[in-house]
Amino acid sequence: MPMFCLSLMLAVTAVLSPVHAQGFAGLGVEAEGFAVPERGTRFDFPEDHGAHPPYRIEWWYLTAVMEDAEGRVYGAQWTLFRSALAPHSGEGWETPQLWMGHAAVTTPQAHYSAERLARGGFGIAGADPHPFQAYIDEWSMRSAAERIAPDGDALDALDLTARGEDFAYDLALTAQGPLIFHGEDGFSVKSASGQASYYYSQPFYTLSGTLQLPDGPVSVSGEAWLDREYSSQPLSENQLGWDWVSFHLDSGEKLMGFQLRQSDGSVYTAASWITPQGEVTAYEDGDLTLTALETHEVAGRTIPTRWRVELAERDLDVEINAVNPQSWMETSVAYWEGPVIITGSHGGRGYLEMTGYGEE
Amino acid sequence: MLLRVEDLEKSYGHGPQSQSVLRGVSLELEAGESLAITGESGSGKSTLLHLIGLLDQPDAGAIRIAGEAVTALDDSGRARWRRERIGLVFQQFNLVPSLTVAGNLALQARLAKQHDPAWIQTLAERLGLTEYLQRYPEQLSGGQQQRVAVGRALAIRPVLLLADEPTGNLDEATSEDVLELMLELCRDADTALVMATHSTHAAGRLTRHAHLTRGQLT
Amino acid sequence: MTLTALLALLSHWRRKPGQLATLIIGLGLATALWTSVQAINAEARASYGEASAAMGAGRLTRLHAGEAGIPVEQWALLRRDGWAASPLIEGDLEVGGGVFGLTGIDPLSTRSEGGNLAPGDQIIGLEFLTQPGLLLVAPEDVESLTGTGLPPVLASANVTPGQILTDIAVAARLLGREGVIDAILIDDSARPGRTPLEQLVPTLEQSDGAAANDIAQLTGSFHLNLTAFGFLSFAVGLFIVYAAIGLAFEQRRASLRTLRALGTPVSSIVIALLIEALVLALIAGALGVVLGYLVASTLLPGVAATLRGLYGAAVSGELAIRPQWWLSGFAIAVFGALSATAVSIRQAAVLPLLAAAQPRAWAIASSRRYIQQAVFAFALLALAALIPVFFSGMLAGFAMLGGLFVGAALLLPPGLALVLNLAQRCMKGPVSEWFLADTRQQLPGLSLALMALMFALAANVGVGTMVSSFRLTFVGWLDQRLAAELYVSASDEAQSQELYAWLDARSDAVLPIWSANSTIAGQPGEVFGIVDHSTYRDHWPLLAAAPNAWDAVAAGEGVMINEQTWRRLNLSLGDPITLADTSALPLVAVYSDYGNPNAQAIIGLDPLVERYGERVANLRYGVRLPPEDVPALMRELEARFDLPEFGLIDQAGIKAFSLSIFDRTFTVTGALNVLTLSVAAFAMFASLVTLASMRLPQLAPVWAIGLSRGQLARLEMLRAGILALLTWLIAVPTGLVLAWALLAIVNVEAFGWRLPMHVFPGDWLRLLGLAVLAALIAALLPARSLVKRPPRDFLQVFAQER
Repeated sequence: MPMFCLSLMLAVTAVLSPVHAQGFAGLGVEAEGFAVPERGTRFDFPEDHGAHPPYRIEWWYLTAVMEDAEGRVYGAQWTLFRSALAPHSGEGWETPQLWMGHAAVTTPQAHYSAERLARGGFGIAGADPHPFQAYIDEWSMRSAAERIAPDGDALDALDLTARGEDFAYDLALTAQGPLIFHGEDGFSVKSASGQASYYYSQPFYTLSGTLQLPDGPVSVSGEAWLDREYSSQPLSENQLGWDWVSFHLDSGEKLMGFQLRQSDGSVYTAASWITPQGEVTAYEDGDLTLTALETHEVAGRTIPTRWRVELAERDLDVEINAVNPQSWMETSVAYWEGPVIITGSHGGRGYLEMTGYGEE
Repeated sequence: MLLRVEDLEKSYGHGPQSQSVLRGVSLELEAGESLAITGESGSGKSTLLHLIGLLDQPDAGAIRIAGEAVTALDDSGRARWRRERIGLVFQQFNLVPSLTVAGNLALQARLAKQHDPAWIQTLAERLGLTEYLQRYPEQLSGGQQQRVAVGRALAIRPVLLLADEPTGNLDEATSEDVLELMLELCRDADTALVMATHSTHAAGRLTRHAHLTRGQLT
Repeated sequence: MTLTALLALLSHWRRKPGQLATLIIGLGLATALWTSVQAINAEARASYGEASAAMGAGRLTRLHAGEAGIPVEQWALLRRDGWAASPLIEGDLEVGGGVFGLTGIDPLSTRSEGGNLAPGDQIIGLEFLTQPGLLLVAPEDVESLTGTGLPPVLASANVTPGQILTDIAVAARLLGREGVIDAILIDDSARPGRTPLEQLVPTLEQSDGAAANDIAQLTGSFHLNLTAFGFLSFAVGLFIVYAAIGLAFEQRRASLRTLRALGTPVSSIVIALLIEALVLALIAGALGVVLGYLVASTLLPGVAATLRGLYGAAVSGELAIRPQWWLSGFAIAVFGALSATAVSIRQAAVLPLLAAAQPRAWAIASSRRYIQQAVFAFALLALAALIPVFFSGMLAGFAMLGGLFVGAALLLPPGLALVLNLAQRCMKGPVSEWFLADTRQQLPGLSLALMALMFALAANVGVGTMVSSFRLTFVGWLDQRLAAELYVSASDEAQSQELYAWLDARSDAVLPIWSANSTIAGQPGEVFGIVDHSTYRDHWPLLAAAPNAWDAVAAGEGVMINEQTWRRLNLSLGDPITLADTSALPLVAVYSDYGNPNAQAIIGLDPLVERYGERVANLRYGVRLPPEDVPALMRELEARFDLPEFGLIDQAGIKAFSLSIFDRTFTVTGALNVLTLSVAAFAMFASLVTLASMRLPQLAPVWAIGLSRGQLARLEMLRAGILALLTWLIAVPTGLVLAWALLAIVNVEAFGWRLPMHVFPGDWLRLLGLAVLAALIAALLPARSLVKRPPRDFLQVFAQER
């Protein structure tokens, strides 16, 4: 009966939101039976580029800062989240592996975002290591084998595609440096009480490709940064959200930094300084400071869109400014994510992600 | 002895609110006699008449009519007595509004299965009602209504006619008229009459008199 | 001044609290019935609205394959191509003797783009997706599904009774589906995929989901039906209000006259009466709205079941408080009170200062009025009779019913007076004469209550006849239509062939029941192919047929369609009927097909296969064999074949199931019927109670001259019974005309089929018993108090100024 389908749609609407709220954002829950990251574990590639069902959450997260022929700055995001309801793969409908894709394009005037959801088990969404591909629906991030040296890593060259109601992109990425590992060889501590994740990146991509926007196609080129992270208990209960940055500095150096905001008003910070050759220096809590300078009203919340970022050990004292302060991700779990321009002691471009800013 | 009333007592209400209306009333009446009971408003005239008419029950005392102890009868027995042996005429609203004059005249007689059309015809003629027989009570004057009531009451040739202020609502001339007819018909039917009235003039037309003061005969 | 007048008027109610209660309860009941119907309608409309909003401007396309289902890979293919595609698993689940419709959904697939959620609906947590899963069911089904070994159950207002909504993984587990789904929903309004559907999944068939507007249109007639019932109930209740307010006016005539005599202007009195009416309306309205809410909450699940059963429209079983209906409840209460007061106000305005006590020349004046009223009533009845001759459609049907009801109601008092007159002529005896005269005199005071009773009885006869006729026809139709003793479904084509061969050797006949989804003359529906067999020729219920219709169908030269499509499209025999994209066939016969909202057609089996090829669902068979052999064959079939769930159904099973659906469908009608009758009984009670207090002057003289109180009380009871009997006599023909109109006019519009009318005199007698019983119960209390009444009360009549 067709009408029953309608009631289905209604009921489903009722079902959806909390799934995300608990599966992707309710991150304070202790992992029951899930594997926990351990210090000193060695990565095994390309296997570890693929999914890790025993871990509770995992993501493939790529941000790109680009410009067109006229020098206009664009941002693009492609993220695939995996969230496991139970620490195994499962088969068919019974799989506990849920997938969520987010994609966005930011222009100085507009921000387009899209979301996809799927359960694993039917080849609709997943992340395979051989050959590497992460995908959901028609969105995908694939290893471009033809552009990778025989001894290269599977992530050295990628083809990236995604589509939303009013945008789409096809981008070709090529890494200009090696994979880098945060924290202690990829073991990244996320709080004073010891929560940690496996965390590595490929920050050295250059890219070229096409953005499909409502006004037509735009050819772009720029830099991109891929983050890989998986864990089972990334936030401790008193942490409210995070502010995360990735910098492509004009000097060729890269910086990843974040602060986790805690309910007592204090923050936990961490940073990785990456030389153009890929040497990483990890900084501990307190070394990096992020100071909000200016806020914007975004989707009914007050969100800082201009920050001062300092890392004294590297004589870094810069201001970052959102290309588009309204870079709001209208997804099930909404957050701010967009390109920034860096000025001050260093120049460059980067990406800023902020979560946990509540509605007022 | 047609009617013997012994030590009747009646009060209304309960406890301290109780109001004693009759306090030991006794009287006797022979067939064909007529008795006027006078007294002021509230002296108990109507109550006495109602008790004799078996419309209500005394608290104490006894009533015998034609030798029968009617106070001992139950509700339906008393109803039968009223129907068959007693005529009643009240101050007002004697008639059944949904029946015609003819219907009202014959009603009690027919209920008592003593329907005598010739006698009713006679009554109607003597009461001057022949031209109003098909009318309804509402369409009659007060005097005419009372005449119908008298006719209705006498249609069963009762042994006893009880009249409670039968002319109380009528003007003087009409009163005289109705009273005269009633006495005349009672005589002819050999019916004893007990009439309660506050009018000494009306009382004077009857053979015997009794006066009620605060529930006691004087 | 106005305030003083108002206070003087209101003081009446302090002395007569019973009358005040009657007035408020009467108006409250009337409002309650009206409000409940409005609330039900509002809820249903809101459900359609929500459904339509959820769909956006677009439609859902449903992809399906034959009975074997869709391999789940096809769905994955669609999603990987970018289509907003959502899988469905559907089936029937037998739980403790009952059968529930089970639907499994994939909540992760149903939304194409983010950001358009309704946050208010976040009622389900992660349990829906995690083992052991969660079953969402209508609140009334929770109990029957708890503790049955099924996954935990949660009540949800979004689920229709008899349905279970759950995660697709749970549904697959419970229904034993592996790698197969039943349908895929495509949201056309969201982004399309990169490849056209025809290219990507060529084997799947598309059918449009019905747009919400169509449902609103389809169900519109049903709601009109309910609304008409609401009006009827309100009319019945209004009689109570009219009676109570009229009585209050009569009793306050003296007060009003005194107020006027003291110099109160007419305008002040009118305003005071208006204020009084408004205050009463608001109090009664509040009471009625609350009561109406309770009634509607009780009835709504049944209505939801009806709407789902008849139209496939999903309506929530839970009632929300919406301004549409409670405002309309108050509005109708105010309207009722004001219109009833209007008569009093008119009288108050022209009330002479010095009038005689109560100049009512009953009999004479009434006769003239009765004649006028009867003439008017006959004129209305004539008008009602003419309406169907000149107009058609639902509105004409209701207009006719309106005329019929008002006419019959107006005819009731003159009719009763006439009967009493005649009786007076025939019956001799002082008591009966007095009784009849007295009854006649009481008629004006009782006629409103009697009209209310007449309404209720006529509605009862009418709706009862309609439902029983329908049921009888339906049962007969089931017998014809379900001619085969056993129905068998195979799980795939190979098994289907094997099954056919196996059954053929063990039965009198095996009749393939193959079908294909198709448009029929442009309407979405299903085409069946049948073999040429005497089972059909002998049993199939044809309403209209060309000569040799069966031969034409067998030869592929004709098509039969169901009644509702025939009526909807106003087709005639011989008209060409287009089936999907194949060539048209002439219409050779029309058959009745109750309970199906969609178009249906029958052609020969071979033409079906020729025309629809792969799209034919070819797994079902009807088997003819002696009924006593059915159980044995069923056991053998079960042992021999791995048939799908519900693959084996015997005739008796289907019939019982169909009838249970039918009976559930008409529960609401029955409930409203009983409620209306109760309100009418209350009207009668209220009238008798109020009349009793006024009737002492009529009874006292008769009592004085020798009718005991017990006799009088028995006569009062007798009168109530006789009046109920006479009212019933007028109500039965009125109800039969009502039934005819419902069957021949309203049903055709509402459901698309016309039904033969059957009469059920036994039911009328039962109703007579009920009516007399109601009247006796209504009269019991006044009669009892008459017996208990002290003689002093009677005696005061003779002595007191009235």
